[in-house]
Amino acid sequence: MRERLFAALRWLGKRANDRIWRLGFASRFFLMTLLYSGTALRRFFLTVREIYFTGALSLIIILVSGLFVGMVLGLQGYDTLQRYGSSEALGVLVALSLVRELGPVVAALLFASRAGSAITAEIGLMKATEQLSAMEMMAVNPIARVVAPRFWAGVVSMPLLAALFSAMGVFGGYLVGVQLIGVDEGSFWSQMQASVDFREDIMNGVIKSFVFGVIVSWIAVFEGYDAEPTAEGVSGATTRTVVTSSLAILAADFILTAFMFRGV
Amino acid sequence: MSAESSQEPLVELTNVNFAYDRRPILTGINLKIPRGKVVAIMGISGGGKTTTLRLIGGQRKATSGQVKVAGQDVANLDSGGLYRLRRRMGMLFQFGALFTDMSVYDNVAFQMREHTDLPDDMIHDLVMMKLEAVGLRGAARLMPAELSGGMARRVALARAIALDPMLIMYDEPFAGLDPISLSIIGDLIRSLNDALGASSIIVTHDVQESMKIVDYIYFVSEGKIVAEGTADDIRNSDAPYVHQFVWGEADGPVAFHYPSCAYGDEIHEVAGHA
Repeated sequence: MRERLFAALRWLGKRANDRIWRLGFASRFFLMTLLYSGTALRRFFLTVREIYFTGALSLIIILVSGLFVGMVLGLQGYDTLQRYGSSEALGVLVALSLVRELGPVVAALLFASRAGSAITAEIGLMKATEQLSAMEMMAVNPIARVVAPRFWAGVVSMPLLAALFSAMGVFGGYLVGVQLIGVDEGSFWSQMQASVDFREDIMNGVIKSFVFGVIVSWIAVFEGYDAEPTAEGVSGATTRTVVTSSLAILAADFILTAFMFRGV
Repeated sequence: MSAESSQEPLVELTNVNFAYDRRPILTGINLKIPRGKVVAIMGISGGGKTTTLRLIGGQRKATSGQVKVAGQDVANLDSGGLYRLRRRMGMLFQFGALFTDMSVYDNVAFQMREHTDLPDDMIHDLVMMKLEAVGLRGAARLMPAELSGGMARRVALARAIALDPMLIMYDEPFAGLDPISLSIIGDLIRSLNDALGASSIIVTHDVQESMKIVDYIYFVSEGKIVAEGTADDIRNSDAPYVHQFVWGEADGPVAFHYPSCAYGDEIHEVAGHA
């Protein structure tokens, strides 16, 4: 019995030790990425190329999802608001829900699934096929040439995608609320304009999406770079990117919301 | 006096030991690669051959001993010094390791664009010269996915010699090639080495092909050099390990079976469970 207890404790200790070590390695990797970002910023076309792959190619899923989320918000919001006779406030409800929460969070979750997993798989496969080693042997730092442009592309793309998600969501809410159900168009837009504050709501949403962009991009490039160079290793790394990013986004959202909107 | 003298070998490993964690991979390795020569490091898979290349390229650091390339102790170089040294090296990886998102042309031009300020038209001419040397000038616009294994290896070779290196390293250049490609790659290794005035190290277990082109051979087994000499010395060697390896014999010091318990015990145990 005692032996088993010690074995379990040893196992737990080893797991905790491994996790802490990996977190330390990931943090060091993050600092190295920032340190070697000169190439990505100086030769910006490298980053622009990655913005196309991570950002532009994510547009369809972001826009379509945004439209449907906005439409659902329009339906649900109207159903609740009309019970209290305030269906004209539908525009405010849709806009605030999107720019404060749903826009940054759902766009980041989609971004992690679509672009984060692709970044991890690409870097992981480059490692498995010795492309990163080849680069090192050609005296080219793979963190500067491969990792940093992908990281910055994610950081730049994320706020733009979140903004587009929110815009499409508002449009979806308008389609359902105004065009389908018949809420007054003037009230829908004017109340939205009067109640949505640029600094409190929109800028805080942008800050959130920027933070989520850093988190998702960091996790994606790290998991790819640290992937075991086998088919199973790359597959596991891709899964970890989606799972870890999603949990990190939700946790970070709670912390950011607590700081940003505590007085509201 | 310059650290690099034309008299001394280009690469010299002295008493090199290397271990992953506590598992020894190389033990007491001493070898020299003279300038202008093609040298093979042979041995069975997992014997420490590729690790030797990684030590020379500075991708791994020896646990003890000294690895000198062009008069410089690789372990003592900072990252800037190591990268400067690597610019004078070329390496051909086992399966080419071409950048799959770039065309053949861009793969060969990669180092020129990264390390020089040459204008595009000059880079174009240089890339075409390198591709012509490996017979693939016509494939410049193809993507790596469109190449056969032998062609990919030749493109990787053109990329490895892009900046006219002093040392070219080949990691299993003959693995998985058909006889024609194998012969072409073998001839290219020799002719490019002589044309560039470089030195080459080939890590391989292809005995027949490499013996045609190399000047000297080191045999590595279980992390130690067990034999060395010219192709004729090796061919005529009566050392049991070398003899078994060169003539591809099943019986010899390299056992066919992985260590296990007695076969009879295993069978009886299974029969007992049934």
